[in-house]
Amino acid sequence: MADPLSYRIRVNGQSHDVCDAWIGESLLFVLRERLGLSGAKNACEQGECGSCSVFVDGQLVCSCLVLAATVPGAEVVTIEGLTAGGGTALTDVQQAFLDEGAVQCGFCTPGLVMTVHDLLERDTLPSELAVREALAGNLCRCTGYGRILAAVARAASGRAGTNRDSAR
Amino acid sequence: MVDVNFARRRPSSVIALHNVGELRERSVGDVGVTIGAGVTYTELQDRELATAVPALAQAARTVGSPQIRNAGTIGGNIGTASPAGDTLPVLVALDAVVDVQGVGGTREVPIDELFTGPKRTALAAHEVITAVRVPPCRGPQEFLKVGTRNAMIIATVSVALVLDRDARTVRVGLGAVGPVALRAVEAERFAEATIDWDDPVRSADATLLTGFADRVADAARPIDDHRSTAGYRRHAVQILARRALQRACSHG
Repeated sequence: MADPLSYRIRVNGQSHDVCDAWIGESLLFVLRERLGLSGAKNACEQGECGSCSVFVDGQLVCSCLVLAATVPGAEVVTIEGLTAGGGTALTDVQQAFLDEGAVQCGFCTPGLVMTVHDLLERDTLPSELAVREALAGNLCRCTGYGRILAAVARAASGRAGTNRDSAR
Repeated sequence: MVDVNFARRRPSSVIALHNVGELRERSVGDVGVTIGAGVTYTELQDRELATAVPALAQAARTVGSPQIRNAGTIGGNIGTASPAGDTLPVLVALDAVVDVQGVGGTREVPIDELFTGPKRTALAAHEVITAVRVPPCRGPQEFLKVGTRNAMIIATVSVALVLDRDARTVRVGLGAVGPVALRAVEAERFAEATIDWDDPVRSADATLLTGFADRVADAARPIDDHRSTAGYRRHAVQILARRALQRACSHG
């Protein structure tokens, strides 16, 4: 057994001390069990389901596949850190999921919302093929994806409308 | 990391390499393409690399999901040495050279000498892969893969095809139909001799395509396992080889 490890990580703009941890702990485990941030969900623990998706230095990754001890120095953003204008208001993507009824049991939703934010940052008006490819790593066993695709389209067109307005 | 999550492995120490900037460098030039071991599958699809080595970008795009492609690296794919590793048939077809660094210094290993068996490499315990280098190559490239769905899937069979118009050579790499990524040398020689290099579009007839695909299937050494049967793999590799050559020739 390795010696216990202590380190500091940055999550959602705040520093957190992780004390007496095991070197093999995933970022997902540390977020949920040590920091109490339960938004990223623990399902498959092998990168298949996308429920634990977070940003590490702006890159969308499965937190179950990131060794937490390698994260010091990086900025982690979880679903808890994803807010509109820094407050508690829902983001446009979250609101679109509500408006389209894209949430059933809700377990996959945090991961999907992270993924859709990542997609719309890179591609403001994605084709349906691009959306499907972007969502390939987020499994939902309730909705059949139809309403999720509708929510992505709504969020994308909302942003396109906002851009048009601000361009005037 | 999956092995750690499932308690199949209990590491007592870990060396994290992702902050070593040198491992993430890449260069495209007259002497070929150099890709640092820490370059991710997402980065392999960047315009510059995708233009220089299109089959590698195609293969990278079929790996896992966006989340996996943001985290997984080409060095990791090489070091894991899975028979189904998506970039490996491409690197084999490109005659890639792997740069390795150990306590005694550096050495370069031709990619086909690196893989010694399923998930086995010629790397010593103290060695790490630092980069992979691909010689310059001008011509069409294809990567095709079959799995049980189009995303998030480990290859049942994959084929990489590289045509070098200047050297007038054909190179084909096969994934998941042998203990390591294989070349199909007989098929390559046949295609090189049969293609009309001045008019590849017209030369892509049944004689060329079928002769090539049959020879590729002969070179495969597939097995039955939980993912597929040897018979299906031999069938699929033949279809993919034919399709890859047809597409490559259609580029003219």
